[in-house]
Amino acid sequence: MRRRASAWEVAREVPDPELPMLTLGDLGILRHVEETVTGGVIVAITPTYSGCPALEAIRDDVGTALRAAGYADVEVRTLLSPPWTTDWIGETGRRKLAEAGIAPPGAAPARAAGPVPLTLGPPRRRLRCPRCGSDATEELSRFGSTACKSLWRCGDCREPFEHVKEI
Amino acid sequence: MSAAGTDHLPPASPEGQHGNAYEALNEGDDPRWAYGTGFADPLAGVDTAVPEGVDAAELAAYCLMLGDDALIMSHRLQEWCARAPELEEEVALANIALDLLGQARLLLARAGAVDGSGRDEDTLAFQRDPGEFRNVRLAEVPNGDFAHTTARLLVFATWRLALLDRLAASRDPVLAAVAAKGVKEVAYHRDYAAGWVVRLGDGTAYSRERMAEGLAAVWPLVPELFTPHPAERRLARAGVAADPAAAREEFDATLAQVLTAATLPHPAAPRRDDAPGGGAPGLDGPSTPSPDLRKPSAPGPGSQEGALGRDGAHTPALDGLLAELQSVARAHPGARW
Repeated sequence: MRRRASAWEVAREVPDPELPMLTLGDLGILRHVEETVTGGVIVAITPTYSGCPALEAIRDDVGTALRAAGYADVEVRTLLSPPWTTDWIGETGRRKLAEAGIAPPGAAPARAAGPVPLTLGPPRRRLRCPRCGSDATEELSRFGSTACKSLWRCGDCREPFEHVKEI
Repeated sequence: MSAAGTDHLPPASPEGQHGNAYEALNEGDDPRWAYGTGFADPLAGVDTAVPEGVDAAELAAYCLMLGDDALIMSHRLQEWCARAPELEEEVALANIALDLLGQARLLLARAGAVDGSGRDEDTLAFQRDPGEFRNVRLAEVPNGDFAHTTARLLVFATWRLALLDRLAASRDPVLAAVAAKGVKEVAYHRDYAAGWVVRLGDGTAYSRERMAEGLAAVWPLVPELFTPHPAERRLARAGVAADPAAAREEFDATLAQVLTAATLPHPAAPRRDDAPGGGAPGLDGPSTPSPDLRKPSAPGPGSQEGALGRDGAHTPALDGLLAELQSVARAHPGARW
């Protein structure tokens, strides 16, 4: 039991390559860590986006960290279902994002029955500027420097900032 | 679009200093960031058993269709890199292309795993000839202006979203998982494209004209999207595939909503200034089209009568696209760096 908890601890603390202020545990993409009967470790990771180019780096980093911690036989698996949602980013992760100047996600949109509703125009909700706290912010672009972020601007301090968009 | 920034370098190796960043990236057991060298199987560890009673070859063909749609559309969007009108739009189009590339990787890997050929995603993407691609022609036609791209993206994403949403309930667990993920992504793509169609359509007289032309240019390619291949029909009956014909109503409703907000006429409606045979081809209005109008307007040379992209019949544009997409892989088979 002690060894298995330790493997979880090691994998959980690996930083995300694209949001290095967050660990894989903060991000919620680490789904299972399991010790096999032969003493190996099987880690299951859920990708944030289908094309997330960081997934290979994450796979490598988890393997490297676990081997450095004494686990010789590490297998990292992809777990596609259920799909990742920003709701899996915990309170610690949200606090770290805000401290790094990135507006954390709100609650992921709830899905009613029927077709996915069309959203025209900017989102109704305004974000709080992570630098000055102003609510006078506007979305610049729904896409940002990584798949998981959008670009915003604060009307008061005039600084641009990023936002982990709800998914 | 690569994430191979310097902040991704692994911790310094105890064995010694690296000569350069690329060596550092190649440290460890998994060289990465290069074609054919280190991209692990995107389905690594996923249970890829074929559901009972499902024809594996047919399932593979279906995965190729959806995967090729995403791969080819992604390539056309990537062509905007360093050419988009604004940095924000460049970033947006590259992000959308990346999402679609990710979906293509999963679907091509699934196709190669179930068809028994042992071909991986790279082999399927880089070693097939145009006639072996199964994408719809909407994805392959050359880029026009930015309005054309937003028109194409709106049509493609609205259609694909309707398909993936249905596919999330597929009996095939891999397709269901890829689709459930894709729904979230493609909904963003659709809303992005819709926003631009509204902005340009309800903008200046000039932007409105360009937007209307973009929609008119892609509209003849719409009927093909809703013409099921026999394999799609059979797999839909088996609870594995989404029947595109069943997605038409949702598609029409969304397009009508966007066009209304954009104050644009429906692209199938005749325009007063149209010369005979010019402008918006009067194909496929919002009402149910007659079956003979479901054929593509301009089959490529050498294609069979009535054959579609799903049959491997493509426009000449796909040849040029694949020549570029496959050039490095074909010139240096199995290359590593």
